[in-house]
Amino acid sequence: MSGNYLLTAAGDPLYAGGVDWAVVIIALIKVLVAFGALMGAVTMMIWFERKVISDMQSRIGPDRAGPWGILQSLADGIKLFFKEDLIPDQADRFVFKLAPYLSVVPALLVFTVIPIGGAVTVAGHTFELQVADPPIGILLVLAMSAIGVYGILLAGWSSGSKYPLMSAVRASAQMISYEAALGMTVVTVVLVTGSLSTDTIVSSQSGGIMHWNVLRLGVVPFVLFMIAVVAETNRPPFDVVEAESELVGGFNTEYSSIRFAMFYLAEFMNTITMSAVMVTLFFGGPNGPVPNIAHLRWLFPILWFLLKTVIFLYVFVWLRGALPRLRYDRLMDLGWKRLIPASLAWLLLVAGFLISAWWGVAMAGAVILAAMVLNRSFQLGSELEINDRAVLPPVGRRPLSPKLLRDSTDGEESD
Amino acid sequence: MSTISLLASSATLPDLFVFIAGALMIVGGAVGVIVMRNPVHSALSLILTLFGIAVLFIEQQANFLAAVQVIVYAGAIVVLFLFVIMFLGVDRNEEFSHEPLAGQRILAVLLVLIVVASIIALGSEAHWTGGAHHVVGPTAGPYDNINALGRAIFTTYLFAFEATAALLIIAVVGAVVLARRSGSTTSDEALPTGEPGFDPETEEVDR
Repeated sequence: MSGNYLLTAAGDPLYAGGVDWAVVIIALIKVLVAFGALMGAVTMMIWFERKVISDMQSRIGPDRAGPWGILQSLADGIKLFFKEDLIPDQADRFVFKLAPYLSVVPALLVFTVIPIGGAVTVAGHTFELQVADPPIGILLVLAMSAIGVYGILLAGWSSGSKYPLMSAVRASAQMISYEAALGMTVVTVVLVTGSLSTDTIVSSQSGGIMHWNVLRLGVVPFVLFMIAVVAETNRPPFDVVEAESELVGGFNTEYSSIRFAMFYLAEFMNTITMSAVMVTLFFGGPNGPVPNIAHLRWLFPILWFLLKTVIFLYVFVWLRGALPRLRYDRLMDLGWKRLIPASLAWLLLVAGFLISAWWGVAMAGAVILAAMVLNRSFQLGSELEINDRAVLPPVGRRPLSPKLLRDSTDGEESD
Repeated sequence: MSTISLLASSATLPDLFVFIAGALMIVGGAVGVIVMRNPVHSALSLILTLFGIAVLFIEQQANFLAAVQVIVYAGAIVVLFLFVIMFLGVDRNEEFSHEPLAGQRILAVLLVLIVVASIIALGSEAHWTGGAHHVVGPTAGPYDNINALGRAIFTTYLFAFEATAALLIIAVVGAVVLARRSGSTTSDEALPTGEPGFDPETEEVDR
């Protein structure tokens, strides 16, 4: 066991006794079940979102395919699958075909590290209900969301069309900005847990609602994480990526058929996995009261996990129904000037209080001081933006002088 | 435990396969960066190389380094490269027949030969160029990857760490100052008062 930190630190007990055929088969079944569950969840999520948003807008929503329109996403999928697959003339063919996979594969891989239930013993093999439990667990989530940027960026570029390109540049700038805040709030969770493994993060939150990270850390990191996640998944109100009124349809304008479906799939997979990540990090994952019913004890953690995840999925849809889209510069301001400093400040506070109360108080003082300095610099900066001393010309100024306009037309401006 | 402790102690067959896959990714990507005509394709090849390095990190059980490699290099730095390429709007059919530096191809081949020869010569003398499993010694106990790294960075290499941080900050501030200065000179000359972008004295439209 010595030097074998892969197993001592974290890891699925499935592999503890060496790898034989039964272990390989169990691992394969886990992969297949996770894949199937995620795909099923995506179709249900699309239907759920359309139904809930219809309710909020006093519409009926899909109601043709199946009872309550529940088969609508399946019908849409089949329709998209049989549509003609177009590649624009100006497109970079290789990258154009590659981009959808760069969106889908990371979205699938993130789901592998999420614990959806407790440990289960089948035929003498005990294993965790998650596809993989690598020692870097939660970092894999960050890494894969970093890779997911490429799908959007390259899709927009390879289309050889201006609106997708603008959307792609916006999207990737937005995503790498919010990744910083995302990572910083994850670090606060890692600080109290002492491990990056998602399984350890969940088990450290066991023992009741007061042990959940959302309360242990003060609610602030969760709120910051939630905002950052909404921006990271490009969902409303942060969906400037596909702002229809400005960018036609966003980065996937030129895509059709199954490739378009893959982007759509990736978006909803990201929504689901990010809800699950939030549950894992802040709400104890599958933790919850388990009634003592023989043979069914394994089921309750899964139900708790599903319940918590569905609540967040509803919140995502709710945000979409309630909030108007942010302007792009406001979005970047929120990310860089509010979320990143706030997450850094809270990280310092948590780190300080973990050492001792006095360090915590000292850190609080430092944070307040830094906030004042930062606020002053924002004031100075905004003055440089709008008044006489402006160093950057404001966007959207009048294109021609009044005199030129008068000369080119008949007389005075009519107003 | 057998498989994993075997992996840690010496190279095994799966170890070899992972190394070959990683090495192919690295070399193939590196060749692609040079060979590709389109700069965006070159950047994509660079991502492949960086991924290959992450694979080799995992193979050496440096899991944390692998994650950081993907997050920082593949996830952020190459995205910035792509940004610059896209903003500059490099033409896809750019002509590379004209060489600004005469004789650079022959020089490049010669220099590469010299570098490779010296690496091989060094490798036969010392062990560090070839790399070995757990060069820094075994890391026992829980969560060592990050623990060991954190301790090393914040104790032994604290000065280097802080110096790097300062260097990066200086670079960022310098970039901001340079970008702002060029903007402010034009606005000082062309936009003294009034409506920005429009000079009332010359009645000329700025930009």
